[in-house]
Order: sequence, then structure tokens, then C-alpha cells
Amino acid sequence: MSRTHITCTVNGDPVDFLASDDTSLLDALRDELGLTGAKEGCGTGDCGACSVLIDGRLNCSCLVFAPEAEGSDIVTVEGIADGDRLHPLQQTFLEGAALQCGICTPGVLIAAKALLDENPDPTETEIRYALAGNLCRCTGYDKIIRSVQEAAVRLKGVVR
Amino acid sequence: MTVTEDRPTYKWVGTRPIRHDGYEKVIGKARFAADLNLPGQLHAAYLRSPHGHARIISIDTSTAAGMPGVKAVVTGADFPDLDPTDPNFDVSVNVMARGMALYNGHALAAVAASTRAEAAAAVATIQVEYELLPVILTLDESMADDAPLVNEHNITRFVESDGPSNLATANVLERGDVDAAFAAADLVVEREFDTAFVHQGYIEPHGCVVDVGPNGKADIWASSQGHFMVRSLTAAILGWEPSKIKVTPAEIGGGFGGKTTIYLEPIAARLSQMSGRPVKLVMTREEVLRATGPAPASQSRVKIGASNDGELTAIECWFGYTVGCTNDLAGLIGAMSVASYKFPNLKLEAIGMLTNTPKTAAYRAPSAPQAAFAIESVIDEIAQALDMDPIDLRLKNAVVEGDPTAMGMPHPRIGFVECLEALRDSDHYRSPVPDGAARGIGSGFWFNIGEQSSATVNLNEDGTATVITGSPDIGGSRTSMALMAAEELGIDVYSITPVVADTESVGFTDVTEGSRATFSTGMAVVNACRELIEELRARAAKILGVEQDAVTWVDGTAVADGHDPLPLAAITAKAKSTGGPLTVTASLNAGGAGPSFAVHCCDLTVDEETGQVTILRYTATQDAGTAIHPSYVEGQMQGGTVQGIGWALNEEYVFDDEGSMENASFLDYRIPVASDLPMIDTIVIEVPNPAHPYGVRGVGETGIVPPMATIANAIARATSTRMTSLPMSPPKILAALDTP
Repeated sequence: MSRTHITCTVNGDPVDFLASDDTSLLDALRDELGLTGAKEGCGTGDCGACSVLIDGRLNCSCLVFAPEAEGSDIVTVEGIADGDRLHPLQQTFLEGAALQCGICTPGVLIAAKALLDENPDPTETEIRYALAGNLCRCTGYDKIIRSVQEAAVRLKGVVR
Repeated sequence: MTVTEDRPTYKWVGTRPIRHDGYEKVIGKARFAADLNLPGQLHAAYLRSPHGHARIISIDTSTAAGMPGVKAVVTGADFPDLDPTDPNFDVSVNVMARGMALYNGHALAAVAASTRAEAAAAVATIQVEYELLPVILTLDESMADDAPLVNEHNITRFVESDGPSNLATANVLERGDVDAAFAAADLVVEREFDTAFVHQGYIEPHGCVVDVGPNGKADIWASSQGHFMVRSLTAAILGWEPSKIKVTPAEIGGGFGGKTTIYLEPIAARLSQMSGRPVKLVMTREEVLRATGPAPASQSRVKIGASNDGELTAIECWFGYTVGCTNDLAGLIGAMSVASYKFPNLKLEAIGMLTNTPKTAAYRAPSAPQAAFAIESVIDEIAQALDMDPIDLRLKNAVVEGDPTAMGMPHPRIGFVECLEALRDSDHYRSPVPDGAARGIGSGFWFNIGEQSSATVNLNEDGTATVITGSPDIGGSRTSMALMAAEELGIDVYSITPVVADTESVGFTDVTEGSRATFSTGMAVVNACRELIEELRARAAKILGVEQDAVTWVDGTAVADGHDPLPLAAITAKAKSTGGPLTVTASLNAGGAGPSFAVHCCDLTVDEETGQVTILRYTATQDAGTAIHPSYVEGQMQGGTVQGIGWALNEEYVFDDEGSMENASFLDYRIPVASDLPMIDTIVIEVPNPAHPYGVRGVGETGIVPPMATIANAIARATSTRMTSLPMSPPKILAALDTP
């Protein structure tokens, strides 16, 4: 199958790569760009492990064809820290033991970032619904929710 | 919240440092099974049986072999046939069918090609001729007098048999006289229960990359609960020498028991050997659900007698587990997992029956949740009938140290009573039940296990330490190892680098299962550290010019009268001149694993129009022995609880008549999501296990045991209807409410 030349921005860097029309954005990120932070847990958009931001919006990258990413601005878990300074969500997840095996963590972090970017002061219920598309089988979600709450508090102390 | 019984106070053990492997996991750099790619790598895909039970007359792969990009094709004919009495026969047959498809989803062939799409296209051309056979899906079908054989090689274990049958195991445990006790009882309650097949539901599908060199040496990269297990089983199935196989553990994206066996590695190894190229083989989610792991479905009958003052006088149970297409010990373990109460008279019968469904695998406290759901439901009904507080009833009958287990051996020091008392005294239990809601109580336990572990501790020239073990870290165990090593050596926990090493870099270590890693591997780490401290004292004595007996080890320093304390780093810096590198390896086959008990409390509402259950508040207590890292102990309790909530309310395998799983996706096999749940409050009980240097019991198993009965008991109090069938999904609750 012929492959399309795709140009976009990933984690702030201009990139280009080749992908066939039926390649998912997830596979392109992982296999063409070597960004294996986003994971495939289901391939059907049900688990959220492949979550990325596309032009600021939360997406399952397994449900997006790579050519659809042309010209877009993509953020993956590899791109949310500020250099060697972790994003407050990454820091509170570490401190709050919000990960056990860690396979869902990249997607959960991206979904939580998407929430806090839109709603800096979410209720517990709003956090739970915002993360309802991200399956975690290890934690029972308790420490994830608490860590997002703590990150929201810390982010409010930061000049945006 | 932690409730501690008489244990020492430690400097590091019991603190909550950031886990050592956490940074890589939050920045997306941690490498799981599917995250490795090798130059020249091929991608493999499976052909799986579309039939629930069939004889394979022929498989024609000739077209597939000539398809674009295809480099190798394998079927069962490409693997040695093990003798049916070989302990690895069942797993060998499961990874690739030999002549018989035993369930819908059974692997029949695999193709390696340049791309995954090419491999899939080639798989679609493989022609198979089947002779369809009767499909057995339920316990009743399997037990029927004239039932066809599920698996012609199954021989019943632990009881005499006269040839193949559908019976996996059968056992009876008995003490006292149940018939006389029931006759004398003031109250007897008897109920029947059933539970569905459920999946462990780890988010990472099984995956591996295997590279077999021209010299026959195999390099395996895989995620599993035990890479030495991957080596042993791969070697056995291929007929290769274990020493020709190196397994490097990837980070493991959840297991819960489901990754204590293998599916992929021998297939990828054979494809790699045939093609001369590295082969990557990763399951789809549909394959994970159709062809790995489920925990057994079950049916049971439980009869309990009690006196009017709440003494439980007798229990008679029958448990039937459907164990899938090959033999399994589910029934045997299930019968042992029931003895939380003193019952002077007891008769437990348990069987395992084969079905044409995926080979079952361990799932957190294997076999206990099904049994505890039944027993804890009947006990709750007795509490209701006697108008007794359900915690008081349990306290009156709870086993303590010295009481017999189901098998008859005495319980060691255990913390069941402490869990019950802590829950009774908790804010949750002392708070009024919210209007419109109801409250349920349930308990459970699991034995935990010891087994073999190895650890190497290297002291580095800068006074830091590297702790190398062979236990895959499934939920924070690396940092638990570091905490115990920090406590022993007297150095900062962040001065320790915990490593999970490959099969050529550390001594043999059994699978991470049965909550054994922090217990057994932790003990190996402690033993290695203690031996190192002896050596450090000897080196310090040399440096100071004193006798070794004059040197003591205090807070990471060698102390001798008349000398300044000598810190660890001062000794490691002089390692060369005092005798060479400071390194110790310890290994053991650990005994003394400590049972862990749990008691749960749940407030919920039932919407009587939709059948929807909403959990408002949940508290879990559990005896951890000692919580080495309390956050990850709480995490094990919370995770196990929520898996149990899924098992209770949503999760089930749905098969059609031919054994095809109709809900093989995360959309239709619905595990709990964040919006389904409240916070899961935890009360960690610490009744130290005397057989471990820090009192560890192991905490991974027990959390999943109590939730089903806890929730059923709350539903019974909310609706005056006792649910006896899992999952208690909305349609089943509505049907039960409609049945007067």
C-alpha cells in the first residue's frame, strides 16, 4: 500500500513521517516516531491507554488514522514535563502512589491534563467522569483521583 | 489509616518513599512487553479456532506460506508432542493445539511476516478441515452421566480414576458430625449460589519479542509474573535446553495471576528460529479475552447451622468449579479456602470439572472468592435471622491462632479478630446508614505462599547499594526491597537501586504470585544484607586495626570503642585494599507465609426501577503483617476490592451455544471505571507474621475475596432479596425483585 507523507507537531517539535492510510496514529507514534509512551490496551477506544491530545482535545490515538494528524499539534505523555521539571500531575502521581503497574498511567495523565486544562477546579465527580474512559485495573482509582485533586491544588498556585 | 499491634518502630520500613521505578513510568519511558522493537523484526499473528470443540482433520498452510511478506508458518506439527503425563503437557497443548481444538479461540497456527497486516492476511488463507464435536460449557453439562469428553487426555487428580473423564479434581474435608449438629441446631440456613467466568483484566495484553540466533540461543523479551517460569515452560514446550534461553523481564502491565503461565513465547521462538529473524507477537484484546486467563465459574451449595446465641455449629458445603479445557486445582484450593470460623463440625466437598472454554488461570486468591461469596452470604442471613450484628456474629466465631484450618493444621498467628474489631470501631461502621441505603459486611482470607527466591546485593564504591532480584515488580515491590535493604544496611532508601534482573543475571526465582514477592524475595534481600553487614564489620576491623568482635554496625556505620564511627562509604571506598568487592547473594525456599484476613463494609443503594446498584461508601480492612510501604499495601487492597466489585456487579463471560465469547472487548466485558466508584477507604492492620524478619504477610490476594458477599449482603438488606448469582447485574436484580 502506498504511504502518505504526514507533517505535524509532536510535543512541540515539527515532525514528518510516512504512514499508510489504515495506520493508526497510535502505531505511527510508536513505530514511526519511537514514542512508546502511549500504549495499546484494546485497539477499540475502550481503555484509554493510548490517550493523546490533538490540538488540545483528548483522543484515543488508536481510533485516529495517522493521515488525519496532518497539520495538527499532538501532545503525548513524553511531552507534558517541562524539560526535567515534571508536570504537577506526574509529581503528584509519584507522591500519591497513583500507579501500580503503570501501563494505564500515560493515558490517565493525558486525560487528567485535558481535564485540568479546561477545568482547573474540578469536583471529585467531575474528575471521575473525566477519567471514566481510562481503565485502570490495579488501583481501584482511589489514589489516582486524590493525585489529580492534589495536582489541581498545586496548579492553582502556579501563574498560568 | 493503620492499626499496629506490638511491632518495632523502624526508620525506613513503613515509610512512603516515591517508588524507584516511578519516574520512568510517569514520563512514558518505562518499557513494557510491546515497547521493544528489534532491527529486522517480523510480526506474528495467530489463527484461532472458530469452534468450541473440534477434531482438526487437516491444516493447509501452503497458500499462507507464499503470501507477500510471509517468512514462517507454524502449526502444532512444529512442536514436540509431550507425553500426556508430563506436567507441562496441558500448557503445551494450550499454546498450540495438537489435533484437537478444545475451545473457541484455541491457537491452531501462527504466521510471521514483515508487517502485522501481512501476517493477518496470510492467516486468513489457512484452510482447516474440522470434525465438530459436542461443546460442553457448563458444570451441569460436564457432570452429566453421558457427557462427552471435553479433553481426551484429562485424568482426574488426587482420586483414583479408570481413564479419561471431565473431572479435574475431587476432595472432601470433614471433621465432627455435621448431621448430628444440624439436627441439634436452633437455626439452619441452606442456599445455592453460582458465579460466572471472569477475567483478570490486566490492561497490557500479553506480548513478547523473541530472537533466536543461528547458534540456537534464544533471547526473549516478555512481560510475565516470572521470567524463570517463562524460560522453564518455553524450554519444555520446545524441547530446548533452558540454558539456551535468556529471558529479560519487561515491565509488566498487570497480571493478577493471569501472567503466571505462558501463551506466546514458544510460538515466537519457533517462528524466529525458522525465519532467522526476531519475531514480535502481541495479542489483541479480543485474543486476551478469548484465549487467556479466566477464573473458574462456579456453583455451590452451603448449609450452616447455628445456635440462638450465634454460635456457628456446623457447615456443609459443596463447591463445583468449571476449570476450562485442561486440568486445574481450582476445586482443591477452593475447598481449603473456607475456614475463617471455628465450626466444630465441617464437611466440605469440592470438585473441578472441565469445560470447552479457555484454560483457566490464577486470579488473585484463586478459588477463594467464589467460596467466600457463598459462605459469607449464608452467615449474613443467619445474622439477619438471629437479629445479630454481622460483625458481632463473626467475632463470636472467628478463628484465632491455634484453631484448625479446613485441612486441620492449626492457624499460625493471624489477624482476623483485629480486622473485625477495627471495622466495628471505624468511623464508617459507627456512622448511621444513609437514608435509602443499606450496609453489608463480608470477610475473607488467603493463605499466601513462600517458594524460591534469590537476591544479590552489591555495595558500590560510593557507599550505595544495588539490590538485584528475580521477582517481576507488579505493584511496587522494588521499593519494598529497597526499604528492607535500607533498614538493614542503615543507609538512605534512595541510596539503593533495586533491579529486576534477567535469567542470566540473578539466581532462580519463582513466579511473583501468592503475595510472595515482598515476603520471600524480601527475606532473601534481608539475608543478603545481614551477611554483608558481617563482611562490613570484618572490613572495618581491618581498617581500624581491631578485632571484628569489637565492631558493631549501627545506622550505616561501623562503631568500635576508641574510634570515630566509620560510615559505609568509607568502607566501600577501601574495598579493594581490604579484600575486594563487597557483594553477597542469598537464596532460599521460604516457609512460614502468613495468612492475610480482610473484612469489608459497603453502603449502597439499589434503584428498584433499573436494577442499578450504586456504591456510596466502602471500607476495607486487611491484616498486612507489616506494611513495608503502606501506600502500596493500601493500593493492593483498593485494587483487589474494585476487581471484586466488578466481579460482583458487572463482569461475566457470555458464550453462545457453540462456545464463542460474545463480549470479547472492554466495551462489552465491562470492568469498573472511575465514575462507578467512591473512594475505597482502607484500614491496614499490622499483626506481624513471626516467620518474616519484618513481619510481612503479603497483601495482594485477599482484597478480592470479601467484596461479592459484602455487596450481596448490602443488597439483601436494601431490597429484602438475597442475590445468589454473580454478577448481580441490573437485569438479574430486576428479575429477582420481580420474583416474589
